Amino acid sequence: MIEADSKTAHEYPGAAGPRGREVRSDCWIGVEPTASGGFELEVSSTVEPYYGLAIRELVLEGAAKLGLEHARIRVEDGGAYPFALMARLEAAVKRTGHSIGGAWMPEQHPDARTSSARDRRRRSRLYLPGDQPKLFVNAGLHRPDGVILDLEDSVAPSDKDAARVVVRNALHAVDFMGAERMVRINQGELGLEDLRELVPHGGVHLVLLPKVEDPEEVRTVDRLLSELGDEQIALMPILESARGVLAAQAIAAASGRNVALTIGLEDYTADLGIAKTDAGSESLWARSMVVHAARAAGLQAIDSVYSDFADEVGLLASVREAKSIGFEGKGCIHPRQIAVVHDGFAPEAIEVEKACRIVRAFRAAEAEGRGVVSLGTKMIDPPVVKRALATVALAIDCGQLARDWEETE
Amino acid sequence: MTITAELARNAVGRDVPLEINGREGVPFRGVGQYRPDGAKHGPPIRSCADYPASGDKRVASLREALERCGLRDGMTIGTHHHFRNGDLVANEVFDAAAQLGARDVRWFPSASFPCHEPMVGHMESGVIHHIEGSLNGPLGDYASRGKMRGMAVLRSHGGRWQAIQDGEVKVDIAVIAAPTADCFGNATGDRGPSACGLLGFALADSMYADHVIVVTDNLVPFPCLPWQIQGNNVDFVVEVERVGVPEKIVSGTTVVTKSPDRLLIAEYAARFVRDSGILRDGFSFQSGAGGTSLAFGIYLKEMMLEAGVTASFVRGGSNQYLVEMLEEGLTPYILDGQTFDLDGVRSMRENAGHQNTSPFTSYNYHGKGNFASLVDACILGATEVDLDFNANVVTHTDGRLLHGIGGWQNCLTAKCTILAVPSFRNRIPVVLDRVTTVCGPGELVDVVVTERGVSINPRRPDLIEAMRGSDVPLIEIQDLKREVERICGGPPQRAATGDRVVAAIQWVDGTTIDCVRQVS
Repeated sequence: MIEADSKTAHEYPGAAGPRGREVRSDCWIGVEPTASGGFELEVSSTVEPYYGLAIRELVLEGAAKLGLEHARIRVEDGGAYPFALMARLEAAVKRTGHSIGGAWMPEQHPDARTSSARDRRRRSRLYLPGDQPKLFVNAGLHRPDGVILDLEDSVAPSDKDAARVVVRNALHAVDFMGAERMVRINQGELGLEDLRELVPHGGVHLVLLPKVEDPEEVRTVDRLLSELGDEQIALMPILESARGVLAAQAIAAASGRNVALTIGLEDYTADLGIAKTDAGSESLWARSMVVHAARAAGLQAIDSVYSDFADEVGLLASVREAKSIGFEGKGCIHPRQIAVVHDGFAPEAIEVEKACRIVRAFRAAEAEGRGVVSLGTKMIDPPVVKRALATVALAIDCGQLARDWEETE
Repeated sequence: MTITAELARNAVGRDVPLEINGREGVPFRGVGQYRPDGAKHGPPIRSCADYPASGDKRVASLREALERCGLRDGMTIGTHHHFRNGDLVANEVFDAAAQLGARDVRWFPSASFPCHEPMVGHMESGVIHHIEGSLNGPLGDYASRGKMRGMAVLRSHGGRWQAIQDGEVKVDIAVIAAPTADCFGNATGDRGPSACGLLGFALADSMYADHVIVVTDNLVPFPCLPWQIQGNNVDFVVEVERVGVPEKIVSGTTVVTKSPDRLLIAEYAARFVRDSGILRDGFSFQSGAGGTSLAFGIYLKEMMLEAGVTASFVRGGSNQYLVEMLEEGLTPYILDGQTFDLDGVRSMRENAGHQNTSPFTSYNYHGKGNFASLVDACILGATEVDLDFNANVVTHTDGRLLHGIGGWQNCLTAKCTILAVPSFRNRIPVVLDRVTTVCGPGELVDVVVTERGVSINPRRPDLIEAMRGSDVPLIEIQDLKREVERICGGPPQRAATGDRVVAAIQWVDGTTIDCVRQVS
């Protein structure tokens, strides 16, 4: 290994990542394949005293694994975590036009080997821009029900290829602390390319499909996932136009992988040429349509985002309104929104009380070996019991009910 | 001058020098184990015969005052940091000393800030021999690279008082920047165009230094009231254009964090204080500067309102949020050691319950008690913490001196000491096997609150028991360290340091708890 002198002015045919003194927890890597001489590596890093050796070792390992033999490589690092550093190197190598020798993945997180239950809770989903790996490592701390690594609107067209590798590595390796691992892919062919990159490496629980207007778009994705050998990844189509909303019912029913249906209000109101207001009367019909289409197909109805993250009072009101018309979840654009959203979707005291009574009756029937649950003189249907169990579980998670409530009363 | 000090292992297992700048160094023996005897230092007896009977002690310039104080090579000059990064006086003192041809002066600041970068030039030119006080930014770099001639000595605020009082550091000339003063030398910090709050850091110097100069930009007719500094201790008064920029006392560390992760740490810390039962009617707390500590105060206030309790007193660093608590009746008193913003300055002037304190009352370990140990919960920061709960505030893992100790060590004697820190920062681990520099022994650190949960020191089974049933996530510190290493990519390399000791870290009793070596 030769440590070269500064080549900041040098043009690298392949480069990826943000560059500059302000970069935190990310890095820029430039790669130039050469004809001979092995690897010439130059590293500058804010974590040089701590991980300088580890960075060099990782980059050299990666260069070899990715199929390079001779190259000049420059790393300008602001403390990128290994999964991000690996992604930047891979994207830079790909951008040289050099064909990739083989897969080079970070260590898999156990959650990336799981799939998620169809009816799991999806109250909050935290959007994370796909090319901002610095936001990933602590995203799970704020306990969202799901994290969405976004490859669509938050990634510039020129960075789609690089972000795809970052997101792939993150879904594979990052601990999102039990949050459902979601990705929003691009529209059309670009989105299918996203899936070809992501799916073989696991870690994707759910795919959000943007701007769906035709059920065929959902079926195309469904088929591709099956072709890629996956049977478990769930889908959540996003309706973002008049055409999409009018086709809601068909879209909801288009695939057995669909678990939820949601709406994107920014694009929807733009499509209608109207202003998006806080009161939201302009989108009430569309949102109700989404709720109905979802329910009719047995899916969860999930609301759009609340875009002023500093306004917690407005957010809470917006969540309560969403809940009142049938939504079960809300998008979050900032971690501090998550607790507020969960608060808004927490069951009312009276709901909890009723659910507790039903669960007690259900347990009593179980204990006595009775198949029929009754409360007083009323028979309780199995779907009602199921719903009561879910309400009780939610109340426990929201801190409204002690974990051992059944023993304490 | 070479520094090849003989070393001895102290009670926290660190090898520390037995000689510090020609003085005997005592290795740390354990908390409360070192009991020096003897009498306190006494300044020379003075006579009114040598001071103007009119009480007018004014001289034309700082340079003249230094000259008349008999500034000589090798003397010690004390300055103080009540203007934090807005101090204008310390640099002027050494510019004047340079003009007078002084050399090898020991600078003894209560703290240094980035505004003191010009001192590097004075060290290069030989005016300053070395610094005993906190070393920030460029000064820390300079010392860490072994360029300073003597050994840096870092002391806490209480430790600085202790060192002066015990005669470990004899201050030849103290220069006190005063926002308001009279010609007799009475001075206060709570009013005037450069009001900064209080002058407590200068109090020891005013009592024990051979000579005392008061520098002010707001000379008022005698008497200057209140007199935080008594003119009877003052030799000369100098009028200047400006002593400091009060807006800059709000320097970086006094803005509430917006980071969701830091807010989470602050929230966990407040919930810990609540759920462990510390938050009850009549409790007391102190939270330092720093965005996380400020956010902690905001969360705690909400919880106090929710629980309907009030504090019996709160210790400052005062700021806008503590002042709100005082003015809204959530505490009757702020016992303030340092004002962190202009609301604090105003309140000190206007509110009878906002009491200015000094390192003597709050922190001095060689006194008959101090306030710090009366506090129920103290929230502090750190650059590193290890599996033994030892903590570091002066260096980072690369071994460079970056921060002063401030009141941090003194606050560790609170009934519950809580370090509120991220477990790593931009791939730099904070939780480690072993801290780079021990500033505080683990036996005094009760709780470490990070974004990944709360680690309670096993020496505090009472707190572990008290937290049973709380929904604040608890995590063993070993598990936390493993998690940090999993994210950051293994344990960090150890800093490559030379043998040369560039700084001694003093414990509150004047013993040496650790030392810092030259970095390459």
